[in-house]
Amino acid sequence: MADTVVGDRPDPHVSGEDPSRRDFIHIAAGVAAAGAAAALAWPLIDQMNPAGDTLALASIEFDLTKVAKGQQVTVKWRGKPLFIRNRTEKEIAAAVKDDGASMRDPQPDAARHKPGKAEWLILVGTCTHLGCVPTFGGGEYGGWFCPCHGSVYDTSGRIRKGPAPLNLAVPEYAFLSDTKVKVG
Amino acid sequence: MSGHSTYEPKTGFERWLDMRLPIIRMAQDTAINFPTPKNLNYWWTFGGILAVMLGFQIVTGIVLAMHYVPHVDHAFASVERIMRDVNYGWLIRYMHANGASMFLLAVYIHMFRNLYYGSYKAPREVLWILGCVIYLLMMATAFMGYVLPWGQMSFHGAVVITNLIGALPVIGDSITTWLWGGFAVDNPTLNRFFSLHFLLPFMIAGVVGLHIWALHVPGNNNPTGVNVKSKEDTVPFHPYYTVKDGFAIALFLILYASFVFYNPNVLGHADNYIPANPLVTPAHIVPEWYFLPFYAILRAVPNKLGGVLAMFGAIGVLFVLPWLDTSKVRSMRYRPTAKLYFFIFVVACLVLGYCGGKLPDDPVIPGLTSFTLIDADLNSFVWLSRVAALYYFAYFLVILPVLGLIETPLPVPESISAPVLSHPASTPAGAVASPEKRG
Repeated sequence: MADTVVGDRPDPHVSGEDPSRRDFIHIAAGVAAAGAAAALAWPLIDQMNPAGDTLALASIEFDLTKVAKGQQVTVKWRGKPLFIRNRTEKEIAAAVKDDGASMRDPQPDAARHKPGKAEWLILVGTCTHLGCVPTFGGGEYGGWFCPCHGSVYDTSGRIRKGPAPLNLAVPEYAFLSDTKVKVG
Repeated sequence: MSGHSTYEPKTGFERWLDMRLPIIRMAQDTAINFPTPKNLNYWWTFGGILAVMLGFQIVTGIVLAMHYVPHVDHAFASVERIMRDVNYGWLIRYMHANGASMFLLAVYIHMFRNLYYGSYKAPREVLWILGCVIYLLMMATAFMGYVLPWGQMSFHGAVVITNLIGALPVIGDSITTWLWGGFAVDNPTLNRFFSLHFLLPFMIAGVVGLHIWALHVPGNNNPTGVNVKSKEDTVPFHPYYTVKDGFAIALFLILYASFVFYNPNVLGHADNYIPANPLVTPAHIVPEWYFLPFYAILRAVPNKLGGVLAMFGAIGVLFVLPWLDTSKVRSMRYRPTAKLYFFIFVVACLVLGYCGGKLPDDPVIPGLTSFTLIDADLNSFVWLSRVAALYYFAYFLVILPVLGLIETPLPVPESISAPVLSHPASTPAGAVASPEKRG
């Protein structure tokens, strides 16, 4: 078995011309190791995504009678503030009047509330710039003013001035009755 | 300068160990016998100061981790418990919090020294880039550490900084959710920040090891920027620089102690002693002082993605600096024009830091009315930030590349010893003309 004559047949690895079973094993082993590393990396990355219990965060119900005319109540929803604002006629009129104004994220006021419920504005209360909580009634449009970087929102929650790129987000919600909403 | 070991084991045990683990040889070669330019000034002591500060931060941090509870319901209270009930907890926490500021202060001085004396130039590019990596790791560590007490500034600072990533198109939101581990900054975020805040200092220590390794291949730069030519130009690291560094470290520790014992909260923000409330953002949200220049750059750009890119670009540009500066003269001692632009750069950085701590729309000159230009009043901190940020980028992208080609530097000494041994006036005039020394 061991009596191979040296020089009888050149070793294919030296010349590198003749792919042999050994090359195949090298490549296959390398690919398997790389595949295993990638397969292990994914769980280590994905573990940082929201966990099951975080995703299962329930929707909330809210009793609108708690909000007086011209006022706003802030509740926590999915870890973020939720603005529930009972708008006055004047505020609605101001928002509708500006529907045609030039805006960064153009949207008519009617698209910001449920049909026939113009007084109820329900918005995610985080500035679309960097996530601060805008203050109620601030800014020159009487909507909200973000203290962090000076974004100004109107009484429809639309961005009018400052660095924020988008209007305050309208979450998914539905009226269960005239005085009750379900958010999420 | 490296590679040639002068260590000779003296005892039998040293000879035995040297054959098996040449650790004494390594210590001798890097910290005792290491030939160091003999003209290093006090700006060169900040490397040693930084090493000491890293040590303080790791030791105090490990102690704090023994008492801290990384949970949204307990984090704030556990920090207060450290302050009130844990034996010497107040001292250890104040050392850690002010230590971070002192660490960053020393690193900024270290970086400005580098810029002035051209230490980033060939053959020290890798040394410089490793330093930039350390700086990035330090900023990440400092940011995550500031979140841990879970006060109002902790929470809303974390919200703002993580939202920066959301500015990236398409993938931004998924990455932000991934970082948060939820739909907002919450308990999962706090937990991972604690874990990473514990890890990163050890990564810093690892990169510091590479940084020192990369330093010891070409050896130290020096105030003249001229290469070491002979043994005449150097002294052994010990005792010359162990003593000089030691003296500077002692002075620096006095400054550190004055903050810890006499004004421990002056660099912090009062709002961080209010427990985090996700529903209310503090009226004036500011980062720690060491982030203010970058915060000012972020706010200077009237566009979310643009601001974020400018802020990260301000750090990114440092990485390519060795290839932006076209001057072959290292030290600005011999570059009078560059020196002027350098000092304006220092002022621009300070102005940015000042603007970062102000409300963007406040007037710089009170009472003066002006007009609005690009979304902001001309007499506002936004505009002052814009001017300073523009200079910041121009310094790296225009001034340093162009100046190296057009300026005429002063005569560079033949060697480190030459300006000491002879009057500068007696330097041969031909030194200017030699092409390898002209910019």
